[in-house]
Amino acid sequence: MADMNVKIHNLEFKNPVTTASGTFGFGVEFEDFIDLNLLGGIFVKGLTLKNREGNPYPRMAETASGMLNVVGLQNKGVDYFIENIYPVIKNYDTHIIANINGSTIEEYIGVAEKLNDLEKIPAIELNISCPNVKQGGMLFGTSCRSAIAVTDAIRKVYKKTLIVKLSPNVTDIAEIAKAVEGAGADAVSLINTLLGMAVNAETRRPLLSTVTGGLSGPAVKPVALRMVWQVYNAIKIPVFGIGGIMNATDAIEFILAGATAVQIGTANFIDPQVSIKIINGIEEYMNHHNIKSVKDLIGALEI
Amino acid sequence: MRKVIADHVVEDIHYPVEGNYIIRLKSHVNIPPVKPGNFAQLLINNSPDVFLRRPFSILNVDYKKRIISFYVKIIGKGTGQLGKYKKGDKVNAIYPLGNSFSIPGLGNKALLVGGGSGIAPFILLAKELRKNNIRTTFLLGGKSKKNILLTEEFEKYGEVLFTTEDGSLGEKGLITDHSIFQSAHFDFDKIYTCGPEPMMKTIGKIARQRSINCEVSLENKMACGFGACLCCVTETVEGNKRVCMEGPVFNVNFLKWQI
Ligand SMILES: Cc1cc2nc3c(=O)[nH]c(=O)nc-3n(C[C@H](O)[C@H](O)[C@H](O)COP(=O)(O)OP(=O)(O)OC[C@H]3O[C@@H](n4cnc5c(N)ncnc54)[C@H](O)[C@@H]3O)c2cc1C
Ligand SMILES: Cc1cc2nc3c(=O)[nH]c(=O)nc-3n(C[C@H](O)[C@H](O)[C@H](O)COP(=O)(O)O)c2cc1C
Ligand code: FES
Repeated sequence: MADMNVKIHNLEFKNPVTTASGTFGFGVEFEDFIDLNLLGGIFVKGLTLKNREGNPYPRMAETASGMLNVVGLQNKGVDYFIENIYPVIKNYDTHIIANINGSTIEEYIGVAEKLNDLEKIPAIELNISCPNVKQGGMLFGTSCRSAIAVTDAIRKVYKKTLIVKLSPNVTDIAEIAKAVEGAGADAVSLINTLLGMAVNAETRRPLLSTVTGGLSGPAVKPVALRMVWQVYNAIKIPVFGIGGIMNATDAIEFILAGATAVQIGTANFIDPQVSIKIINGIEEYMNHHNIKSVKDLIGALEI
Repeated sequence: MRKVIADHVVEDIHYPVEGNYIIRLKSHVNIPPVKPGNFAQLLINNSPDVFLRRPFSILNVDYKKRIISFYVKIIGKGTGQLGKYKKGDKVNAIYPLGNSFSIPGLGNKALLVGGGSGIAPFILLAKELRKNNIRTTFLLGGKSKKNILLTEEFEKYGEVLFTTEDGSLGEKGLITDHSIFQSAHFDFDKIYTCGPEPMMKTIGKIARQRSINCEVSLENKMACGFGACLCCVTETVEGNKRVCMEGPVFNVNFLKWQI
C-alpha cells in the first residue's frame, strides 16, 4: 500500500491533502459530505483578535475558471473561536491549523499567544497575504522587511509549528520566502489570492463592493505552480502548495514542483467531497506508477 | 437536517413561456425531507464560464418517484445552459440548503406575494400552510398574463389575485399597488414575499407599517451555498449573516433594510 505520510517540521500528516483557510469554514460545514478524519489537515477560517464584520456585499464575482472574493476576514474573534468552535472541532482526528491575521504586529501576537496552549492546534498559519483588508494583511507580505518583522515577532511568542502564508502579489516571491525562513518560519504556504477586479459593462460599476478582490480557482493555477517551484528551489523548509487545485492530477503537479503538501480551496465550493477524491486519486496514481512513498514525489520534477 | 450531494438525471424540462422553464430531476437515492424555502445548488457543467454552482429554490418534490423540480428564469449563462438540457442529461445537486419559512399558528391568515421566479418556493409553502389550516391568499404579479405561471397549481391552495403591468390579468400596475393593500379587510397575520428586491422592500414596508409579521427570501450571490465561504452575507441587526445558512428566509425586521 502506498505510504501517504508527509512531515512538515515536526508534524506528521497522514496524507498531503489539507483544506485551505476561508474555503472550508471550520470543517463542520462539510460534515454531511465527507469524513473529516480522513483529511491530512484542516486550515480553518482566518482569525483576528477581535470580532470583524468583513466587507459589505457583494463579496463575490465569478470569473473565467475562477472567482474573486472580498470577504475581508469576517470572523467572531479568537476568543469566540477558543470558547465555542475549538471544543467542537478538537476531536477530529486530523490536524486543525489556525490561520491568524492582524492589522498590526501586536494584533498578530495577541492571536498567536492565545492559540499557544490549545493542545489540538499543533500549528498556525500566519496570513501575511490577505488582499481584502485595508490595513495590515497583504502589506506585511509584500516587502521582505515587514515579512521578517511579523514572522520574527510571532516566532518569539509561538512555540509550535509556524507556517507563513505568502502573497503572490509581489515581484519576487522567492525573496520573501527566504526572508521568512530566516526569521524562523517552519514552513511556508502559497499562494494566497491574486489581486484582481471585475466590471459590469452595462452598469459601469465594479462587481465587488471594494472594487478589487482576490482571484482564486483554476485561473491562478499556472501562476501558483510557478511560484511553488521557485520557492521550493530557494528555501529548505517545506512548502504547502495552493492555487486552483481541482483534482488529484493538479495536486500531484504541485508536489512534483516541490510542495510537501497541498491545500484545496475554491474546489471545495464546487464539490464538497473533492478533498477525499484527491486523496484517493493520489493513492491510485502512486499504485499505478509503483511509487512507495509520496515523499518520493516531492520536487521530483525532471528537467 | 442532512444534506445530500448526488447526481440526478433530467426527467423532463418544459417552457411554459419563453425564457422560463420547469426542470424536473430524478434522483437515484431517496430525497431527504425538504422544507418550504429550502434551495439546492446545481452544478450546471463546471465549464470555464459557468464555474460555480447555481442556487435555485426547490419548487416541488415527489418523494415516491424521487423527483425534485425547479422553476428557472433565464437571466444569464448558467440558467441559459441548464435550459438546453435534455431528458437523461446529468445534473449534480446539493440539497436541502438554507432555512425555511416559519408557519404561523393554526387558523391564521397568510398572504403570499410573489413576482417572477420568486414564486418558486410558494408551492411547498402552500402545502405546509394547508396542513396547518392556514387560510392562504396568493398575490402574483408580472409584466403580462403570459408571464404569470403555475396559476392552476396555486388555485388548489387558496384565493389567487393578480396584477400585470399591461392589465392583461387582474389589476393593472405593480404588485405593490394592488388594492388589497388598501382594503379595509386587510387582516392577514403573516406575509411571505419572494421576488425582486425592490418589491420585497415595498411589501416589507407595508407589513412593518401594519405590524404584520413578514418573511422574505433573499437571493444573494453565492459561491458555496453551504456556509463555508461567507460570500453571501446580508446585514442584519445581529451583524452579517449568511443567506445560505441563516437564510435565505429572514424576518423583515431582522434585516437592516432602510424601509
Ligand atoms: C437561495 C436562492 C434561490 C434562488 N431561487 C431561484 C429560483 O427558484 N428560480 C430562479 O430562476 N432563480 C433563482 N435564484 C437566482 C439564480 O440563482 C440566478 O438567477 C442564477 O444563479 C443566475 O445564473 P446565470 O449563470 O444564469 O447568470 P450569470 O450569467 O452568472 O449572471 C447574469 C447577470 O445576472 C447577475 N446576477 C446573477 N446572479 C445574481 C444574483 N443572485 N443576484 C443579483 N444579480 C445576479 C450577474 O451579475 C449578471 O449581471 C435563486 C438564488 C438564490 C440565492
Ligand atoms: C472565499 C475565500 C475566502 C478566503 N479566506 C482566506 C482566509 O481567511 N485566510 C487565508 O489565508 N486565505 C484565505 N483565502 C485564500 C485561500 O486559502 C487560497 O489561498 C486561495 O483561494 C487559492 O487557492 P484556490 O485557488 O485553491 O482557492 C480565501 C479564499 C477564498 C476563495
Ligand atoms: S454561499 Fe458560501 S457561505 Fe453562503
